[in-house]
Amino acid sequence: MKTLKYIWVSLLLCLICSPIKADESESKVNVQEIVFGHIGDSYEWHITDWKGKAISIPLPIIVYSSQSGWHAFLSSRLEHNKEYEGFYIAPEGKYQGKVVEKNVEGEEIRPFDISITKTVLSLLINSLLLVLIILGVAKWYKKHKPEDSTPKGFVGFMEMFIMMVNDDIIKSCIGKDYKRYAPYLLTAFFFIFLNNLMGLVPIFPGGGNVTGNIAITLVLACMTFLAVNIWGSKEYWREILWPDVPLWLKIPIPIMPLIEIFGIFTKPFALTVRLFANIMAGHSVILALTCIIFITASLGPVLNGSMSVISVLFAVFMNFLELLVAFIQAYVFTMLSAVFIGLSRVEAHKK
Amino acid sequence: MSLLNPDSALIFWMLIAFGIVFIILAKYGFPVIVGMVEKRKQYIDESLQAAREANEKLAHIKEESESILTQAREEQANILKEAVETRQRIISEAKNKAQSEGGKLLEEAREQIQKEKDDAIRDIRKQVAELSVGIAEKILRQNLDNEQKQNGMIERLLDEVSDIKK
Repeated sequence: MKTLKYIWVSLLLCLICSPIKADESESKVNVQEIVFGHIGDSYEWHITDWKGKAISIPLPIIVYSSQSGWHAFLSSRLEHNKEYEGFYIAPEGKYQGKVVEKNVEGEEIRPFDISITKTVLSLLINSLLLVLIILGVAKWYKKHKPEDSTPKGFVGFMEMFIMMVNDDIIKSCIGKDYKRYAPYLLTAFFFIFLNNLMGLVPIFPGGGNVTGNIAITLVLACMTFLAVNIWGSKEYWREILWPDVPLWLKIPIPIMPLIEIFGIFTKPFALTVRLFANIMAGHSVILALTCIIFITASLGPVLNGSMSVISVLFAVFMNFLELLVAFIQAYVFTMLSAVFIGLSRVEAHKK
Repeated sequence: MSLLNPDSALIFWMLIAFGIVFIILAKYGFPVIVGMVEKRKQYIDESLQAAREANEKLAHIKEESESILTQAREEQANILKEAVETRQRIISEAKNKAQSEGGKLLEEAREQIQKEKDDAIRDIRKQVAELSVGIAEKILRQNLDNEQKQNGMIERLLDEVSDIKK
C-alpha cells in the first residue's frame, strides 16, 4: 500500500512538473533529471554546483574490455564527454550514462564493469560504518563479565535494539533453531537500517541511494532465498512438491506443485521490490518536493515564497516519514525473511 | 527502465561488501553481544534462585533457632524443677537422718546412763553388803564375846532351823 502511494505521489508530481517544464522550455530546472540522477547511479559523486562549476568527487572506474584487458582510471578523465583509452560515457542509447567502448565493427558495447560508482562507495562506507559500530559495541562485551552491570549510553541502546530484533523478530518467527539464522538476519536488519538512514543524510558520506537500488535488494533477497531453501526441511519440500490438496490438483497436471514452486521465487522477488520501491519512492518524493522551490522560482515571488514554505513543510514531514519507513522496511524485510525461514523449518504436524 | 535493471557492478560489490560484513559480524559481532546478554540473563536467573534459596535457608535457620530456644527453655525449667526437688529431698533426708541419729544417740546415752546407774547401784549394794557384813561381824563379835551368849545363839539358831523343818 505504502509503495503504491509513493509511486502515485511521485507520478502525480511528475505530471504536475512536466507541463511547467513544457511551458518554460528555457527553464534550468529539470526535475526528472535531478530525481533520476539521484536515485540512479553515477561514476562520480556530485556534491554541489559552485559558481556554475560542478564540485564532485571523482571515483575509480574499473573495467575489463575483451579487446584490451583491464583498465582502471578516475572518472574525472571522462568528464564532459571526453574519451579515455577508448572508453566514454554513452550520452544516449541503450547504455545511456554507462561506460562503453566501441568494438571493431564500430558498435557501442559494454565492457565488464566493476567500477566504484557512487552507490558502491556509499555501500562500502556504510558497510565499514556498520562493522565499526557493531564491533565497537561488541568490544564492550569482550571487556566485561556477565556479572558486571548493564551497559549505558550507546552500547545500552544498541543492546536493547539488537535484543529486540533477536527476540521479537527472529526468535518468535523462526522458532526453536533460530540461533543458526540469527547472525544473518541481524546483519541484514542493521545493514538495511543503516543504509536507509544514511540515505536520508543529504551531505557527503550519506545521501547515496543504496537500499533504493534494485541490485542491492536483489542480493539481500537472494541471501534469504538461499537461507530458506538450502536448509529447508523435508516437510517443507513435501508441502511444495506434494501439497495436501485433492488429488486431481496434482495428477495428471501438477497445478498446485507448479504454483508452489512459483511461490518459492515470488517470495524473494517480493522482498526485492518492496524494499527497493519503498526507499526509492521515498527519495523521489523528498527530492521532488524540494524541487518545487526551484520550479516555482520563475512564477513570481509570492507564489514562489508560499510554495517554498509548503515545500519545506512537506519535505520535513516526508523526512520524518522516511525515518519511520527506514525502520519499518528493515523490520519488515527481516521479519519476512524470518517467517520464510520459519516456514522452511516446519516439521510434519500430522500423524 | 534502468532503475529496474540490476547493475552487474553493483551486484558484484554488494556480494563482496555484504559477504565481508556478514562474516565479520557473524563471527565477532552479534554472537558476542547476544551471547553475553543471554549469559547475563542466566546469571540474573541464577542469582535470583540463589537469593531465594538463601532466604529459605534463613527462614529455616530462624525456625530452627526458635525451636532450639524453646527446647533450651524447657530444659532450663526441667533442670530448675529437678534442682528444687533434689534440694527438698536432700533436706528431708538430712532431717530424717539427723532425727534418727539423734534418737540413736539419745538411746545410747540412756542405755549408758542405765548401765552406769546399774553399775552404781550394784556397787552401792556391794558396799552396803560388805558394810552390813562388817557391821554384822562387829555386832556378832560384840554379842558373842562370851560362851553363854554363843551357846544361846546356837540354841536359838537351831530352834529356828527346826521350826523351818517342821
